[in-house]
Amino acid sequence: MDAIVKIDNLRVEYRGRELGSGTKVALNGLNLEVYPGEVFGFLGPNGAGKTTTMNVLLGFVHPAAGAAYLFGVNVREPIARQRIGYLPELTYYYKFLSAEELLRFYARIFALPRVEADRRIDQVLRLVELEPARRRPIKTYSKGMQQRVGLAQALINNPDLLILDEPTSGLDPLGRTKVREIIQRLKQEGKTVFFSSHELGEVETVCDRVAILCQGRLLAQGAVDDLTRQYQGNLEQAFLRIIGHPPRP
Amino acid sequence: MNSLWAIASLVIKELYRRKDFYVLFILTVLITGLFGSISIFNDERIVRYLKAICLLLIWMAALVIAIVTTARQIPAEREQRTIFPLLAKPVTRAHVVGGKFLGCWLAAGIALVVFYVFFALLSGTREHTWPIANYAQALWLHWLMLAMVIALTLAGSVLFTAPSSNATICFIVTVGILLVGRHLNTVTLQLREPASSLVSVVYYLIPHLEFFDVRDLVIHDWPPIPWSACALATLYALAYTACFLLAAWWRFRRQPLN
Repeated sequence: MDAIVKIDNLRVEYRGRELGSGTKVALNGLNLEVYPGEVFGFLGPNGAGKTTTMNVLLGFVHPAAGAAYLFGVNVREPIARQRIGYLPELTYYYKFLSAEELLRFYARIFALPRVEADRRIDQVLRLVELEPARRRPIKTYSKGMQQRVGLAQALINNPDLLILDEPTSGLDPLGRTKVREIIQRLKQEGKTVFFSSHELGEVETVCDRVAILCQGRLLAQGAVDDLTRQYQGNLEQAFLRIIGHPPRP
Repeated sequence: MNSLWAIASLVIKELYRRKDFYVLFILTVLITGLFGSISIFNDERIVRYLKAICLLLIWMAALVIAIVTTARQIPAEREQRTIFPLLAKPVTRAHVVGGKFLGCWLAAGIALVVFYVFFALLSGTREHTWPIANYAQALWLHWLMLAMVIALTLAGSVLFTAPSSNATICFIVTVGILLVGRHLNTVTLQLREPASSLVSVVYYLIPHLEFFDVRDLVIHDWPPIPWSACALATLYALAYTACFLLAAWWRFRRQPLN
C-alpha cells in the first residue's frame, strides 16, 4: 500500500534572529510513513518538533535537507494540499465572518460549485454541531465552538487526509469528548488522520499507530498495542520510558 | 483564479463591514455641505472652489482608505494566524499577494465610484452641466494612481512589521510624490554633482503619481485629455504596479510566517 504521508530523511534548521545565535536543529533525519485509513498519533514533549513537521507537510517551512510527500507529491507543490484538511493548534479565523461565510470562503478556494458548497457546508456544520450558530459572527463563539469551526473548515473539501495540531488543546472535557467523537466518526468514514496531542489517554483510544519524537529525532513508532506490550504499561508509561523519564514506581 | 477572487472578495467584505469608509464618506459630505452653504463675497466662482474642496477631500479620503486598508492586510493575517489555514489550502503566497491587491484595489474602486457620484451630483445640481467624459477620465486615472499606491503599500507591509509605521511611510511617500514629484527635475538644475545625479535618478525611478491628478480638468470644465494619453498612463501605472507586486511577492515568498 502506498503511503499518504511520506517523510524522507527530513532536516529542518532555524536560524536565530539575534546576531551570533547560530542555527537550531528542529528536526534531524526524520523518516515517517502514514498509510490510508489509519489514525496516526504524533507525540512528543514540547519543542520536540511536532508542529515543525506539520509545518513542513503544509509547505510553511522549507527543509534544509530531505523531502516530504503527500499523496506522492512533493509538499513544495501547492497541488499536494488539494486533498488535505488542516486544523492549527491555535484557531483564529476572520472574526467579521459567520461560520457559514467562513466555510463559503474556503469552499470558493477549492472551487466547489455553489450547490456542492451548500451541501458540504450543511454537512460539516451538522457534523461539528454548529448548525444553530451558523449565522452568528465567529467572534461571539466560545473556545470549543471556535475549535469546531476549525474542524469544519478543515473538512470543507471532503479531504482524504486530516492534519490536526493538538485538536483538543485548551478544551473542557465536553469539548474534548466532542472532538474525539468527530475523529472517530472520520475514522469510520475511512479518512486518514495525522494528529499531534499531549492527551495520551485520548491517543490510546483513537490511534492505530503512533510516533514518538524528542528533540527533533524519532525515538519510536509502531502500533499502540505493540508499544504498550513492549514497554509493559499504558501508553503514558511507555511514552515516559521512551523519552528517558521512566515513571516512578 | 478562484483563490485570487476568494481572497479579494474577503478583503472587500472586510472593508465594508468596518466603519472607515462610511466615516470618511460622511465627513466628505459634511465638509463639502458646510462650504457649499456659505457664500463668500457673493463670488460667482464659488462653485469652482466648492468643486476643488470636494475633490481634495475625495483624494485624501481615497488615499486614507487605500493605504490603511492595504497596510493591515498581510500583517493582520500573520498576527491573527489566519494565514495558516489559508496557506494550508492549495493557495500560494503569490495568490495571497495578488488576492490582497485585487481586493484592496476593487474596494478602493467601489469607494471612488460612490465619492465621484456624490461629486457629480453636487456639481451637476449647481452648474447644470454633466461632463461625463471628464468625470470618467478623472475617476479612471485616480483609480490607476491608487493601484500604484496599493501595490507600494502591500510591498511595504511585508517589509515593515508594524502596519502603522508602513501606513505612515507610504502616506508620506505618496503625498511627497504628489506635491514635489514634478519639481524634482528642475531642482537638479540648481544642484551640484553628485547630488544632481542622485536627484535625477530619484526623479526617473519614482512613480509620478501627479500625472494622474486631473482635478483641474473637472474643476474648470476643460475639454477631456486625449484617450491615447489615458492609455499610456494606464500602461505606466500597470508597469509600476507590477514592479511593486513582484517586489512584495519576492520578499514574502520565503519569509517565516511567525
